[in-house]
Amino acid sequence: MERKEWPLWEVFIRSRNGLDHKHCGSVHAPDAGMALQSARDVYTRRQEGVSIWVVRADHIHASDPDAKPEMFDPADDKIYRHPTFYKLPDEVDHM
Amino acid sequence: MYTAHLEYVLRLADSALILGQRLSEWTGHAPVLEEELALANIALDLIGQSRLLLTHAGRLEAKGRDEDQLAFLRADHQYRNLTLVELPNGDFGRTVLRNFLFSVFQRPLWEALLSSRDTELAAIAEKSLKETRYHLRHNGEWVVRLGDGTEESHARMQSALDYLWPYTMEFFTEDAVDDEVAAAALGVAWPDLQPAWEAAVQRVLTEATLAIPGRTAFRSRGKLGGHSEHLGHLLAEMQHLQRAHPGAQW
Repeated sequence: MERKEWPLWEVFIRSRNGLDHKHCGSVHAPDAGMALQSARDVYTRRQEGVSIWVVRADHIHASDPDAKPEMFDPADDKIYRHPTFYKLPDEVDHM
Repeated sequence: MYTAHLEYVLRLADSALILGQRLSEWTGHAPVLEEELALANIALDLIGQSRLLLTHAGRLEAKGRDEDQLAFLRADHQYRNLTLVELPNGDFGRTVLRNFLFSVFQRPLWEALLSSRDTELAAIAEKSLKETRYHLRHNGEWVVRLGDGTEESHARMQSALDYLWPYTMEFFTEDAVDDEVAAAALGVAWPDLQPAWEAAVQRVLTEATLAIPGRTAFRSRGKLGGHSEHLGHLLAEMQHLQRAHPGAQW
């Protein structure tokens, strides 16, 4: 018998006090509506969230792990990109 | 002899308890992890409802019985649940269809009980209504998907509907308990819920391309204490620990 797997959905939850939806896991579901319900049942059983996003896992494009050196290493020696690199005049508060 | 008020609360409590027990049988056996959790969540919601209701029933009875004594130390003929909820689960399709048929009934029931003169019952209704709305949504979605799904899923859902349908008529059989409770403004008479129930059921079953079976003269009598052979087996499993070790706690 042929067995078709349901597609995988990545689940993002915004917690009670959180501003952003954070990735918390994944569920298998036949469509977006059922994915939301499964995400609710699997990931918000203990009051973890007040809002859920789901997105088909195959709609996410990921960077290539092998490309890490050229993607991310060049940022290592650019400390001037951090705001803390700069000395601000005393008159400028709260930066 | 129970008062009508107590009978009424026991019907609510026992229907939730027995369906909760049935659904918990799926734990470890559901087709996928996601549905395993969904069914267990629904089971726990129902058992939670029954705990509040049985505690309330114990107070109404005023013989010092608590929720555990009422749940674990009554015999089958003392249970007042609808026969529908004690029937075996069958396959996943029949399970979600029964959940759907029952939660469509529970929803208008809780809504009506919000204005019960029994304030404890009204408070339980308010808490339970949110849970029931979710049960209805989740199980209704499955009924549509499986009914309007593959040839096999459709055939299974239709046979599940043919099997379960006759038992739904018990929801609306009139009796003195309902009349007395409604007259005292403690609760709604269940026959009054029939039009809303039928309209909601028809909407979903039509979308699910399922044919609603015709009416028959058969009326189950679970809420009067007349149960099918299945309840005794369910109770044997549910009660054996308290029967073997009375008062055991864990």
